[in-house]
Amino acid sequence: MSETLSMVAGVISNLAIPLVMLLIVGYGFFKKVKVYEAFVEGAKGGFEVAIKIIPFLVAILVAIGMFRASGAMDFLIALISPATDLIGLPAEALPVAIMRPLSGSGSLGLVTEIMKTHGPDSFIGRLVSTMYGSTETTFYVLAVYFGSVGIKKTRHAVPTGLLADAAGLIGALVICKLVF
Amino acid sequence: MLNYVWLSLMAIAIVAGAINGKLPEVTKAAFDMAETSVSIAFGLIGIMALWLGILKIAEESGLNTLLAKVIRPVSKRLFPEIPADHPAMASILLNLSANWLGLSNAATPFGLKAMEDLQTLNQDKEEASDAMVVFMGLNTAAITFIPATIIGVRLSLGSAAPQAIIATTIVAGLCATTTAIIVAKLLQRLPGFKRRQSGIDSGIEGGKKS
Repeated sequence: MSETLSMVAGVISNLAIPLVMLLIVGYGFFKKVKVYEAFVEGAKGGFEVAIKIIPFLVAILVAIGMFRASGAMDFLIALISPATDLIGLPAEALPVAIMRPLSGSGSLGLVTEIMKTHGPDSFIGRLVSTMYGSTETTFYVLAVYFGSVGIKKTRHAVPTGLLADAAGLIGALVICKLVF
Repeated sequence: MLNYVWLSLMAIAIVAGAINGKLPEVTKAAFDMAETSVSIAFGLIGIMALWLGILKIAEESGLNTLLAKVIRPVSKRLFPEIPADHPAMASILLNLSANWLGLSNAATPFGLKAMEDLQTLNQDKEEASDAMVVFMGLNTAAITFIPATIIGVRLSLGSAAPQAIIATTIVAGLCATTTAIIVAKLLQRLPGFKRRQSGIDSGIEGGKKS
């Protein structure tokens, strides 16, 4: 069962991109689009978009980098842990929960560290794996996506993203307690 | 809001860095990350060009419109302001699909294109539209059906069942996604977040023509 699952997962991730490309280009050709010219025309925008997001990337990644380097995580953990103890979140998993919306590589590092210590098949190993997979690096995405089109007022995007993250993390805890 | 988040991150970092005696590390992190940001952006140029090129073909062939029509029953509830055959729907769908499949390389170009498309429908170009916030919510809370990265790490650490977490990841992702939709739809009506101009904050009626 599990082997079939991972095989299917592997096949899908390997095939998805080539298939999407073939489908789009093939359909375009079928519809008599000058596919090569259209591609080149569209691709011209790549440079511009990538350059346009640099200021926003710098702003958000520098702030997150400083935050991580300062050791402020420990204060935050001390502050939040009474509440998360109450809902039964293991102490080791809390840093992952805090880091996840901030930094993808940072949280992956923490998850890897926990799995090295406790084993990937331990309860906590599975819990942090689930936590990692169920949310995104919210601030990075918000800053870059909004920045790329020049949106300055983000309205309710930050509370929406953070509440969704919280729901994902609590959901991860509850489902892991039920299943594992 | 990002203003406060950004300021807090920096202020907390500097205060905590001073208390912990880690100010040199904080400074170094700032410079390192500034450099990293540029390499990330540069690394994106090629992949961005690739997908924008492919998307242009989808646009010219009418595949975008076709996709938008197919998902209309769902999308009209989530994004009432987006017209039925608008290309934004296709790039949103492609971005979310890439997220669902754990294909982060493709997700960013599709997502940035989706924002560009949504911006064409947006009245106030400096303020996020309702559709943008719903899209951002769906994106940041995305369900991952194939969490490839974490499965890879688990495998490398000798896990006997690296994919055991797929089902739990999907359930947790569903919690996040459902919450994102509900919260975005609720908050967009609140006085503090509601759009100021008349005509665009009332959903369906507002989105028709500008």
